[in-house]
Amino acid sequence: MSSDVLAVAEHRRGVLRDVSYELISAGELLADATGGDLHVAIIGGDTEAFADDLNRKGVDYVHTVSEGEEFNHDVHVQAVEALHAEIDPEALVMANSVNGLDYAPAVANSLDLPLVTDAVGLEYDGDLTVTREMYGSKVETTVEVSGDQYAVTFRGGEWPAAEGVGDAEIGEFDVDIDTDTGSSVTGFEEVGGGDVDISEADFIVSIGRGIEEEDNLPLIEDLVEATDATLASSRPIVDSGWLPKNRQVGQSGKVVTPDVYLAIGISGAVQHVAGMKGSDTIIAINTDPNAPIFDIADYGIVGDLFDVVPELIEEFS
Amino acid sequence: MKVLVTVKEVAEVADDFEIEGTEVGERYLEYDLNEWDDYAVEEAVQLKEDGPAEEVVAVTIGPERAEETIRMALAKGADRAVRIWDDVLEEPDLLDVETKTNLLAAVVEEEEPDLVLTGVQSGDDNFGATGVSLADEIGFQWAAVVNALDYDHDEGVAHVHRELEGGVEELTDVELPAVLTIQTGINEPRYASLRGIRQAQSKEIAPKSLADLGLDAGAIESELDLTSMYEPESESDATIFEGDASETAAQLAEVLREKGVAE
Ligand SMILES: Cc1cc2nc3c(=O)[nH]c(=O)nc-3n(C[C@H](O)[C@H](O)[C@H](O)COP(=O)(O)OP(=O)(O)OC[C@H]3O[C@@H](n4cnc5c(N)ncnc54)[C@H](O)[C@@H]3O)c2cc1C
Ligand SMILES: Nc1ncnc2c1ncn2[C@@H]1O[C@H](COP(=O)(O)O)[C@@H](O)[C@H]1O
Repeated sequence: MSSDVLAVAEHRRGVLRDVSYELISAGELLADATGGDLHVAIIGGDTEAFADDLNRKGVDYVHTVSEGEEFNHDVHVQAVEALHAEIDPEALVMANSVNGLDYAPAVANSLDLPLVTDAVGLEYDGDLTVTREMYGSKVETTVEVSGDQYAVTFRGGEWPAAEGVGDAEIGEFDVDIDTDTGSSVTGFEEVGGGDVDISEADFIVSIGRGIEEEDNLPLIEDLVEATDATLASSRPIVDSGWLPKNRQVGQSGKVVTPDVYLAIGISGAVQHVAGMKGSDTIIAINTDPNAPIFDIADYGIVGDLFDVVPELIEEFS
Repeated sequence: MKVLVTVKEVAEVADDFEIEGTEVGERYLEYDLNEWDDYAVEEAVQLKEDGPAEEVVAVTIGPERAEETIRMALAKGADRAVRIWDDVLEEPDLLDVETKTNLLAAVVEEEEPDLVLTGVQSGDDNFGATGVSLADEIGFQWAAVVNALDYDHDEGVAHVHRELEGGVEELTDVELPAVLTIQTGINEPRYASLRGIRQAQSKEIAPKSLADLGLDAGAIESELDLTSMYEPESESDATIFEGDASETAAQLAEVLREKGVAE
């Protein structure tokens, strides 16, 4: 076994995803601690161009596997297994992204590596300790890894993007990949189009599960009307069919950057925050003083939306 | 076709709570069926109602208390249930993905389902990994984060949508046998009817220990150890408005006017 770190980059439809550069930063930290080299793998797509871009400060090797245009979990599993066998790294690091969810657990299981997902922090003193969250970010935990070799997936947006140009050795990694495996990607579809584009809005009133019932939505609609705002929501509201998909803010919805984002009855789950943290001013109304939304809010009311919102409507009528 | 659906009882913590050691104090926890699994159960039951599935079996790893949760799956239409538990599972603070994979794989071996539906993640410790890890262990195909499922019985293929980031869905064909991890919003989970709840009382929940599954303590050995739990230091520098509803609303209105977004 080596003390190296192997990080697997991610791309989609012709571009490297931001989390790839973040994995390099986190991987570099880890490699500094273990005293090993940082290897980055890029599998599929325009590997040549991607490799040049991934050659950032701290990277020692970039391994390309030219197989297919888009992500395919069978290709990823086979390629990462072969690379793992070749490099025999201490740490295998991957993204806690939707595609990460689709291959990282299979790789870890198949290589018999302990797997820690969704890491938000790391410490290393010969053994790795990972910080991760539980209960909707209300508590943090530390998980100590006692194995010699392990797999970790990192949450996006927690580490800075690696910059600069490195002097990595770039090379194509030869591996026989069986592509006749019983799953095939047949296409992509854009969802959430339609009459409104919430990402254009200056002032968003966004409603979450705190609204409890569809019958209570008119209360929020009245506020939207009184303030001339744009209505948006967290995912459960859209899942329940109370608002259309094009109103959903977050990882799987829209990214919005209004002047003011007023979050009502929204806890501030990481996948929601991913879509609104760039707002200029964030205001939260929530009954729970510990709700994570207050961590990123500029102003807040700890209170019941059914008391506060009618008063707020009053202010503007 | 036989469908196995994995369901987890998850804990939600109260607004105010205390941590005792490496756990949240029991009195601050409320248990419920994992949100993602609710959608998985609904998808399985619909497969039965629409024809292709003959039987839906729910499986959970959890202590006796979890029977309440798995009864909810039975009340919503699962035919019977398996509950895995063992004294040795009481000890670790963390049931890691590897452990859950080994336990669930043993049930798959006994039940021989054609399709396994899991949730994308458990709402409390959100590993987001058990379904895909299980697929690898049992040699099934898989797809993670599925928000649309159209099963072609003649071809034995599931046409699925995988929900990627940023409002993009990937269209994928998956040959059965397969594991699909189900995303919220794929359907509208039903409420258990009174009749369903009554029927659930007489449905079987088979208890299984490690020995029953042909496993020994090695199956739950873990290289991960939960060493601490704490409330994260608040990073908040939010100005919290004080007062009753009308006072706080007035202050908020003032900010909106100041920012020039509302008059
Ligand atoms: C792969 C993946 C992708 C996802 N993508 C998204 C996404 O794009 N967007 C998204 O939003 N989520 C997404 N999620 C879901 C996310 O994890 C959370 O489940 C979701 O954001 C929670 O929504 P919420 O805050 O409305 O509900 P909850 O977390 O249930 O929060 C409700 C809040 O309302 C408060 N409340 C209750 N009653 C009142 C009241 N009377 N007055 C005031 N406050 C009250 C509560 O204190 C609580 O904080 C995704 C999850 C996964 C796994
Ligand atoms: N203790 C458990 N018992 C049964 N199923 C589980 C258990 N833990 C996780 N699962 C299943 O695996 C999915 C993903 O969980 P996790 O990998 O823990 O985030 C859940 O939605 C469940 O369907």
